[in-house]
Amino acid sequence: MNIVVLMKQTVDTEAKIVLNSDGKIDTNGVTLVINPLDEYAIEEALRIKERLGGEVTIVTLGGDQATAAVRSALAMGADKAVQINDPALGEVDEGMAATILAKAVQTLPHDIVLAGVMDTDNGSAQVAVRMAEKMELPSISSVTKLDIDESLATAKRVIDGGLATLEVTLPAVITVVQGINEVRYPSVAGIMKAKKKPLTVLKLSDLGLDASNLAVQAKVLKFTLPIPRQGGKKLPGEPAEAASLLARLLREEAKVL
Amino acid sequence: MMFELSEDHVMMRKMVRDFAENECAAGAEERDEKEEFPSEIWHKLAELGLAGITFPEKYGGVEADYLSYAIAVEELSRVDASVGVTVSAHSSLCANPIYLFGTEEQKQKYLVPLASGEKIGAFGLTEPMAGSDASGTRTTAVKDGNDYIINGSKIFITNAYEADTYVVTAQMDKSKGNKGIAAFILEKGMPGFTFGKKEKKMGIRSSATYELVFDNVRVPGENLLGEEGQGFKIAMITLDFGRIGIASQALGIAQGAYEQAKNYAKERVQFGQPIAQFQANQFKLADMATQIEAARLLVYQSAYLATQHKPVSKASAMAKLHASETAMWVTTQAVQMHGGYGYTREYPVERMMRDAKITEIYEGTSEVQRIVIASHILKE
Repeated sequence: MNIVVLMKQTVDTEAKIVLNSDGKIDTNGVTLVINPLDEYAIEEALRIKERLGGEVTIVTLGGDQATAAVRSALAMGADKAVQINDPALGEVDEGMAATILAKAVQTLPHDIVLAGVMDTDNGSAQVAVRMAEKMELPSISSVTKLDIDESLATAKRVIDGGLATLEVTLPAVITVVQGINEVRYPSVAGIMKAKKKPLTVLKLSDLGLDASNLAVQAKVLKFTLPIPRQGGKKLPGEPAEAASLLARLLREEAKVL
Repeated sequence: MMFELSEDHVMMRKMVRDFAENECAAGAEERDEKEEFPSEIWHKLAELGLAGITFPEKYGGVEADYLSYAIAVEELSRVDASVGVTVSAHSSLCANPIYLFGTEEQKQKYLVPLASGEKIGAFGLTEPMAGSDASGTRTTAVKDGNDYIINGSKIFITNAYEADTYVVTAQMDKSKGNKGIAAFILEKGMPGFTFGKKEKKMGIRSSATYELVFDNVRVPGENLLGEEGQGFKIAMITLDFGRIGIASQALGIAQGAYEQAKNYAKERVQFGQPIAQFQANQFKLADMATQIEAARLLVYQSAYLATQHKPVSKASAMAKLHASETAMWVTTQAVQMHGGYGYTREYPVERMMRDAKITEIYEGTSEVQRIVIASHILKE
């Protein structure tokens, strides 16, 4: 079973986000990690490999700093990695990422392509499924349980208030959600071996692409930080008085009643 | 000189930190309260290769360097110092002397299961009359045919009872003093080898500490570690490396307490503002951070020397001395900054302060570290 995992390096979910003078997210001094949802995809890939044999290949699109995330994925047990790192790329939107990743995955043997349902920073949940479209592969999103039997995948997918069970013929693209598995820690031996595993760095030209032909379709106009949480309000007075004040505030100020 | 961790070491730190926070943090308070050995954690960390970090793959280890080991013990101890010392005593005090002085057969039989974490190791040197002065060893070994008969007892033995394999020193010829001591590998369950009382300790309460009792324990000749008369030297070299582990443990405790104090100071409001706004606390936090960073450089330097097979004795004594005194000072200040809450078991700094004290005592007291350091610098 040839398993490809799409992985993205993201800002640590615990990191404090600040905007720089250009209004962009400032990644200086911020811890970068494997997108936590992609970690579930890597874990699922490793489990499939342990069950059925085969090879797990990590594919990532990212600059030099993304190599650390790739090494972490290799330390977890992936066999090899492809990193598309081209300084010619400026801002990349989901459509561009899908185009580039589709080209990269097409160069690899792939029976199944796994990814986290979205990244925890931009959260668009588009890249893997749009890549599937470009590759003319079937895809199932938000999978919480996955069984592979020969060339058939059975997936349980989270739907509103329940689960749907779907079946798809491989090759297919599957995006996974939290809870599909419990992600392992990389072992010390895994960390030691990560450096020695093959990591292929590709430029767009290696994939027959040209940065000038790739255009951003949806432009980010600006980023806004959430309004900092305000302190609570203490309502004075006797219980009955305070309760009626609370009811009024809930209706008029908070508008929840 | 490189003052930056390599990619591997960064990954190592992240892995052990995640492990410690997810697997060790939640139960630390309860294990401390109940004096419960972290058996389940041991099995999990062994699976990750943390029981045999520095040993070659052919002996069941993962062949990483001493810096990886130091980082691992530091990160475990940042959350739970009892887990940290369990790993340190096992690796440095039992597996390491077998690796350094054992025969190929001994390594296959004892080191392989230790380094893979299938078995736990302990080291028996200290006796009631032989604390800082190992020459006071009264446990005896008498040759009987091919075997040795061991009698006596050891106290304050870390990992005892829980461990399967023990490196133990015994006196063979009192007239020769330290040169009469020999080291042996003992197995739990050997007839006549039993455990005395479990120590009730101030800190590292979930680490197992027992007395070892030897009543005519017959040890086969092939379990002699090194040569007869080499036991004292083996013990001293073992401790030279062991101090890297304890220094790392102390560093981790200090780091953990400092982070607790910093977070608390940013949240605790008195006189209308977070107490971190008061310069008295800012200066304390600045001193903590500085002392910890100095300790870290000493610890990592001693780990580097060990990896390079360079003399480690002076560096590990300095690292252990400074890191343990830093741990004691930082944890005391962390409790102080928490005020009354810090004195209760509601907050982990109370446990950390109790845990820190032992790092100034075991594997050579601070006074012994100063003796070791002085003996080196006066020779230079």
